Amino acid sequence: MPSPSCVPKPLPAAAALAFSTLVFSATAVFAADHRVEPGEGANERLIEALILAEPGDTVTIAAGRYDLTDGLSLDVDNVTVRGEGAERTVLSFKGQTGAGEGLLITSDKVILRDFAVEDTKGDGIKSKGSNEITFRDLRVEWTNGPHEDNGAYGVYPVSSKNVLIDNVLVRGASDAGIYVGQSEDIIVRNSTAEYNVAGIEIENSFRADVYGNTATHNTGGILIFDLPNLPVQGGHDIRVFDNDVMDNDTPNFAPEGNIVGIVPKGMGIMVMANRNVHVFGNRLSGNGTTHVLIAAYPNDYDDDSYMFVPRGVYVHDNDYGDGGFAPDGEVGKIITDVIGEPVPDIVWDGVTRIPEYFSWVSAENRIYISEPEGTSFANLKMISQMLLPWGWWPDTDIADYAGSLPEPEPVKLPQDGGA
Amino acid sequence: MRRMMLSRFAKAAWLATALLLPVSQSQAISDNAVSAKKPPRLLSEFGFFADMTAQEPAVGVVPFAINTPLFSDKALKFRFVYLPEGTAAEFAADEAFEFPAGTALIKTFAFPADFRQPDKDIRLIETRVLLHQEGGWQAWAYLWNDEQSDAELKIAGAKVPVDTIAEDGTPLAVAYSVPNKNQCKGCHALNGEIVPIGPKARNLNGDFAYRDGAQNQLEYWIALGMLEGAPEPADVEAVPGAFDVDAPLETRARAWLDVNCAHCHRREGPASNSGLFLTWGEKDRTALGILKRPVAAGRGAGDREFDIKPGDPDGSILIYRVDSTEPGVMMPELGRSLHDRDAVELLRAWIAEMDG
Repeated sequence: MPSPSCVPKPLPAAAALAFSTLVFSATAVFAADHRVEPGEGANERLIEALILAEPGDTVTIAAGRYDLTDGLSLDVDNVTVRGEGAERTVLSFKGQTGAGEGLLITSDKVILRDFAVEDTKGDGIKSKGSNEITFRDLRVEWTNGPHEDNGAYGVYPVSSKNVLIDNVLVRGASDAGIYVGQSEDIIVRNSTAEYNVAGIEIENSFRADVYGNTATHNTGGILIFDLPNLPVQGGHDIRVFDNDVMDNDTPNFAPEGNIVGIVPKGMGIMVMANRNVHVFGNRLSGNGTTHVLIAAYPNDYDDDSYMFVPRGVYVHDNDYGDGGFAPDGEVGKIITDVIGEPVPDIVWDGVTRIPEYFSWVSAENRIYISEPEGTSFANLKMISQMLLPWGWWPDTDIADYAGSLPEPEPVKLPQDGGA
Repeated sequence: MRRMMLSRFAKAAWLATALLLPVSQSQAISDNAVSAKKPPRLLSEFGFFADMTAQEPAVGVVPFAINTPLFSDKALKFRFVYLPEGTAAEFAADEAFEFPAGTALIKTFAFPADFRQPDKDIRLIETRVLLHQEGGWQAWAYLWNDEQSDAELKIAGAKVPVDTIAEDGTPLAVAYSVPNKNQCKGCHALNGEIVPIGPKARNLNGDFAYRDGAQNQLEYWIALGMLEGAPEPADVEAVPGAFDVDAPLETRARAWLDVNCAHCHRREGPASNSGLFLTWGEKDRTALGILKRPVAAGRGAGDREFDIKPGDPDGSILIYRVDSTEPGVMMPELGRSLHDRDAVELLRAWIAEMDG
């Protein structure tokens, strides 16, 4: 018969102790492993195990399917929550009646690994205000495929520090599969995001390395965004490298009103606002709108401290396959109205702040492109279009943008052998 | 320097005796239970009540109410505060008062059999306690038994089906949700620490029908020596009752948002990342949602562009979410499964009269 058990590792005899008795003892001498099995009352037993865990403990969720009606949450520092494989331990929230997400983490030094979260009504796995949060070998999926009723984010650290996302798979998010928001010191690697609106999105965040990932069959592959009117903004020092960003061909299914709603089908990598973003060594193919788009924030806003244009973007040594063959949506139309089809591999909207348009942009704030022979490019010079509607012309000479920017140091995380 | 005062217990006992009220002879409040790391299994072990079933507080436990309460699926609420003898809370102008260690805030949720007679046949569902211990506040929920004689600690929360009759005489079924420990913190968190929400000056600045007559709560607390450092109640801000039609619409709407939303939607709260801040004192129009675009709302945005679109309630995400009961869309996201129709009407009227 399945029952929660609490086994201090060195003392198997203590297994007979009731869970609740042990956890309230004054101090737990040994890190304990709380094992939860599927079956009757699993939802309550899981909730309880996560509440009663003590720092240093592990909560193991045994292989099996868990049909949960209520969200789970963890607010204890230094706890590992592990399943027995992302295909074997499956937490299904199809029947969820409460909470905004499947699993919410609000504590520090937490490791989540080896389980799957399916069909949450809101977000999949969220961490809010966590320091040293690790998402490893996880799967978050909406099993009916892309649909606007799916939750917004799959793996969703926000307002967090030292974020490691490694080898996760996210499918079907109606906003972003992997979304890191208002966070700092971030690594997203070796992960796969497919059939989401945005595959991977880094938003209003500082110091992120995004590498070794596959973003495919999303609306847009990888987005680096900065938005106004938020407690943390001015995203900067982002490296996006060695990723496979291909065949992002799912029509945008985001509910209207969300910023990702602007992303056209067939977007490879999009940089909007932000400072010091390096995009290099990626393999891009089959992205029908364009492989790389560098753009200003397009909406009206009221926020004096917000910088709406991208500052210092360096795109170099990427590998470009077929692309730009099916520009989509409003963004696709804006681009093709200026430049025609097919859309070049790299497009910059060219929006500049007006004082800079009439003077110059300092070296560290410019856009630099250094790509293999034959890579196509267009600066749409949207600011010129606005100011000089009779005399503008897009600039397609990639050589005008030669140069480079010093690369940010690799992100180092304490839970990943870093400082 | 602490001012001298008659022991609150002595005073309260005197008041009770003078008014020929039954004074609990049996129970004493257990300060040990309040401060223990392990919460007692039964609510009765705290000794907060002279008569548990009747929700009659023990001597030293003071009932209170707040001007605009949180909507919790229409549950009736009975609130009490207990301060250890010889201690007092420190007044704060905008936040919850600074309560001394050993304080307990106690709130019982209940439903009448028929909302047309809300004082009759009341079924107690749960009693939540917020205990101020040395290491900070702890939150626990106790679930009442069928006999209504006592309530038992419930760490993982519970769903309690409640069948009652609404004000209009129609049957009302509520899937009432008792929060688990972490869900308590889902609302009661400020900078990641558990804190009380309700007992703020602006919420308490109003009359309460004490057994010895109606009196302003702040005055009453001051008189009993429970509150120090407070200005005259006349000089303290007060939120109106959100459904008090004599108060201006804007302040009623802001009062509702403050109590129902701002525990999360504030700069130090669980929803800080949204950039939507709904506290009573918020002055920034964008932060308040006016022409503010959603950030991480997902389908909660409901195909609307702005949190609040002045003059257009139907175009405002705020209305869409407060009007929903669907997980992932509805706001507040905890503690509610029913429509709060009065609130929707209030907020709609407020947005409708806003200048575009």
